[in-house]
Amino acid sequence: MAFEALTEKFSKVIKKIKGESNLTEKNMDEMLKEVRIALLEADVNYKVVKDFVNNVKEKALGEKVFDKLNPSEMVVKIVRDELVNLLGSDSCELVYNKNKPTIILLVGLQGSGKTTTAGKLALLMKSKLNKKVLLAACDVYRPAAIDQLDQIAKQINVPLINMGTNVNPVDIALKAKEEAYNDHYDVLIIDTAGRLQIDETLMTELKNIKGKVNPDEILLLTDAMAGQDSVNVAKKFNEDLKLTGAIMSKMDGDSRGGAALSIAHVTGVPIKFIGTGEKLSDLDIFHPDRMAERILGMGDVLTLIDKVSENIDEKEAKKSVKKMVEGNFTLDDMLKQMKQVQKLGSLGGLLKLIPGMPKINDAQLGAAEKEMKNFEVIINSMTPEERAHPEILKNSRKVRIANGSGKTNADVNKVLKKYDQMKLMMKQMKGKNGKFNMPNMSGFGGKFPY
Amino acid sequence: MGLFKFLKEKFSKKTSETQEIKVETKEEKKEKESLEKYDKGLEKSRKNFSNKLEELAKRYKNANQDYFEELEEILIEADCGVSFTINTIENLLEYTKEKNIDNPKEINELLVDRMFLNYLKEGEDIKNELTFDHKPVILLMTGVNGVGKTTTIAKLAKRYINQGKKVMLVAADTFRAGAKEQLTIWADRLSIPIVTGNDNEDPASVAYKGTKKGIDECFDLVIVDTAGRLQNKKNLMEELRKIYNVVTKLSGINPECFLVIDATTGQNGVLQAKAFKELINITGIVITKMDGTSKGGIILAIREELGIPVRFIGLGEKDSDLEEFDLDKYLYGLCSSLIKDE
Repeated sequence: MAFEALTEKFSKVIKKIKGESNLTEKNMDEMLKEVRIALLEADVNYKVVKDFVNNVKEKALGEKVFDKLNPSEMVVKIVRDELVNLLGSDSCELVYNKNKPTIILLVGLQGSGKTTTAGKLALLMKSKLNKKVLLAACDVYRPAAIDQLDQIAKQINVPLINMGTNVNPVDIALKAKEEAYNDHYDVLIIDTAGRLQIDETLMTELKNIKGKVNPDEILLLTDAMAGQDSVNVAKKFNEDLKLTGAIMSKMDGDSRGGAALSIAHVTGVPIKFIGTGEKLSDLDIFHPDRMAERILGMGDVLTLIDKVSENIDEKEAKKSVKKMVEGNFTLDDMLKQMKQVQKLGSLGGLLKLIPGMPKINDAQLGAAEKEMKNFEVIINSMTPEERAHPEILKNSRKVRIANGSGKTNADVNKVLKKYDQMKLMMKQMKGKNGKFNMPNMSGFGGKFPY
Repeated sequence: MGLFKFLKEKFSKKTSETQEIKVETKEEKKEKESLEKYDKGLEKSRKNFSNKLEELAKRYKNANQDYFEELEEILIEADCGVSFTINTIENLLEYTKEKNIDNPKEINELLVDRMFLNYLKEGEDIKNELTFDHKPVILLMTGVNGVGKTTTIAKLAKRYINQGKKVMLVAADTFRAGAKEQLTIWADRLSIPIVTGNDNEDPASVAYKGTKKGIDECFDLVIVDTAGRLQNKKNLMEELRKIYNVVTKLSGINPECFLVIDATTGQNGVLQAKAFKELINITGIVITKMDGTSKGGIILAIREELGIPVRFIGLGEKDSDLEEFDLDKYLYGLCSSLIKDE
């Protein structure tokens, strides 16, 4: 995740002053130096860092609660509050018009992820908010950009206004607006070509589109990997178009994403969504407070819970819990559970949201994901009877399954062992509480004992 | 000889001389055009970097602590990276103290000199252009998402077609929607053959098909496009390794592997280079979108940390704006306002 490294830095800093009982100007300065370097390395704009560090210092020294909190706690609190401040203090959701289509214009530099995000936004609105969505392809310059959006639109089953590349983008946008009004769409998402903020011709084109379709939202796509210059990009786009928000793409990379923080600070434009993966469902609403806590290593449990409740099929989950409790847990159920977990997105992304799990490295994660795939292949090579009654699996059956799935006997045994562990764990949990509080999460502990 | 003086003699004088003679050889004309491209493509960076240095030198009569702090600020704002900046400034502080230098102008020159010292030392023998010692040269284009791989491929293809080479393309990005179509449009525009696969086909198998065709039909250059991948995605990186291995095994030689980096990238650029370098033998870096940013410091940061040379640099949107990287021209473009002052 983007802010992971920043988190590490902060915890190092905090460790450094943990032993000291008083917050003095001297240890404060030392800590702030570390904070400054951490933020700069995270690509937060130089000027923003200056402001940030000064603010923190002022607040910390003016604070009167010295005796209640130890220095590290207090600094964490101040840094957190300031970070929330920097990120915008409220989560900014889109506002939808009641009686007419809400028009969203996506703008940004080349390669910032506009077209992919257009598809992600459309899917999010369609599937989570039940909106009737229309897409418009206004990138007539990049070869095959329209093809790309066309393929995405088909994948998510959303209609697309595609007039080819020999039409003025302003006309396409206008036509799309008409269509959106005539056919009573809830949302129209307009994808535009990437452009440099210094390209006056193309910036004028955007102004014209804005003038003609009068969008409710103009969202700037920002790459989470962007450097110091991103502030100037955002500034210019904001000056020309009056942005209503930003979307940060490629947050699943290992960039620290600091530049995007400074954009929010310098232009006052809130970040509304973040792109968290390559799948079209990988778009999340941006929560500044959660993000600040993630930076500070408190994890992002809220996001995880949201993810779980959205993606887990509740009926399915209840059924399997009931089965578990009754002791009828089968290999099929185990597979189903695994698939439920997979629906949440990559394991790596998920585990990183859980506080207290920072020690898993990518190699281990990769191994866990590979193991999950192996399990699926092996279980799929079993007969329904074998899956329902794993106890009948004796050597000859195991050999057959191993051959059938292209795995070894040992791999098959591993699956069975995991199954036994899970079953045992469920019995124990049942014994303890009598019921399951978070049945979905139990899958984690059972399958991935790190 | 001071760096600025060296650059001035190399470029400024040359331009005036050629103007006097009026009859320019083709070579000289090309050279001049190339310098102009650098000058134009680095306009934004120059404004941000050397104009700031210049302005700083005007404000301070003698360099003091504040002066160095402001220098540090300028470097960091150019995306040179925190460690690079701190090291360079400390080094400069020591040197100037020892030699009793406090003239800001002199210090600025020393700074630029120092910034590029490492680059020069290691960069002496590097040939940026592809060499066609054997047929075909396989060129693997890699990078994270949205850096401009496909567009750069088109520009490179054009460059070598113009040099009379037989070039073909391979669309091994079978993942992103529209990627294959994008490259096909370029192949059509350039009238060169392209090998494509089905959506979600194993990219290594497409790369295999393409390489085989390149060998069988005696192409000079086979450029393989790969899907954008973030360097922390283990599976996708493994996929790239597989493509690399397949191509290497089939052709019997190590392919040229270019890592394409967006000039607007911040410190993550270094991590990208590191991760890709660990995985496959990256033989060069292509910096794209240089004209769009005022912060090209990432070139230095990568060179400092990893020693991979920049081979080509994108200085504008036209196909002809992809230039072979030349440090002297780069420096001249970045500092010409300081140099002309000399």
